[in-house]
Amino acid sequence: PLPVFPLPLFPSLSFSPSPLSHPLSPQAAMTKLGQWLCGLALLGSAWAALALAPPGLQPPAPLRQALLPLPVYLLVAFGCYSLATVGYRLATFNDCEEAAAELQEHIKAARADLRRRGLRL
Amino acid sequence: ERVSVLLPTYNERDNLPLVVWLLVRTFSDSGIDFEIIIIDDGSPDGTQEIAQQLEKIYGSDKIVRKLFLFPSGTAYIHGMKYATGNFIVIMDADLSHHVRLDFMYCGKQKEGNFDIVSGTRYKGNGGVYGWDLKRKLISRGANFLTQVLLRPGASDLTGSFRLYRKEVLQKLMEKCVSKGYVFQMEMIVRARQLGYTIGEVPISFVDRVYGESKLGGNEIVSFLKGLLTLFATT
Repeated sequence: PLPVFPLPLFPSLSFSPSPLSHPLSPQAAMTKLGQWLCGLALLGSAWAALALAPPGLQPPAPLRQALLPLPVYLLVAFGCYSLATVGYRLATFNDCEEAAAELQEHIKAARADLRRRGLRL
Repeated sequence: ERVSVLLPTYNERDNLPLVVWLLVRTFSDSGIDFEIIIIDDGSPDGTQEIAQQLEKIYGSDKIVRKLFLFPSGTAYIHGMKYATGNFIVIMDADLSHHVRLDFMYCGKQKEGNFDIVSGTRYKGNGGVYGWDLKRKLISRGANFLTQVLLRPGASDLTGSFRLYRKEVLQKLMEKCVSKGYVFQMEMIVRARQLGYTIGEVPISFVDRVYGESKLGGNEIVSFLKGLLTLFATT
């Protein structure tokens, strides 16, 4: 699947289908929700297995300490990333002054021409 | 090769002649064979009468008029039955999509032989005019959410200015079930699933010159509902 991260500004803007979108691929049959649930289940169980393991099977202490709050950290990181991305995109959202002015010109020309051709507005 | 433009209208008496004039000029200037199919939803403001006048001016091989009372999103299905072109352009009749020569999708389409060429406000020199900060924020925020949840492979899903190959559009129409806003989004998502290629062209979205723009609380709620539905079903 295509990356989620900000898409770079291609000079030619186009997207080709990823090989994983082939009709016979299992990924194509699963909904996005399904993919998310699978992914979360996978990561969740891995995290639980390591972080919440019984005393006998625990990974070394420093690793455990980092692992326990990891989900929260990731959530916060994602939150920050989202804010930054949306903020950046908002700031760089083009205002088409030229296009608007051009449109007004076109409208004038259109009305004059249509009137000449017999349109009653 | 011919391009059919599908224009669903409701109360577009002021905008319709201008849009038609711009389209005619754009196509004539670039020598592309075209037709414009006006599908009116029973407008009470005289839109049909204007369409009739336009047909007289430009000829009935260029202007095709259809009257149809449709729920939003299905005007295209109806209009497509009458389209004789092998490419179909879907756009709004409200002058918000600025029909300039930049709109030469056929240029872009030829460049990459794409199945779909989609206008985007978010890339290149695409953009908007007449939007306040709040509206821009909502737009970017909604688009971000859409990208995260749907990973659609196109930067602008809710803009509805697109060129399709006729067979591609027909196939997508069969598969899509939503209405309105969400219908446009679903088309792109399904297109990706079916392996169609999508090219993008920057467009300018100039806020409605005549008439009211529709972005209120209701719109946002229905957008979110639609997005979550697509998330769960595609």
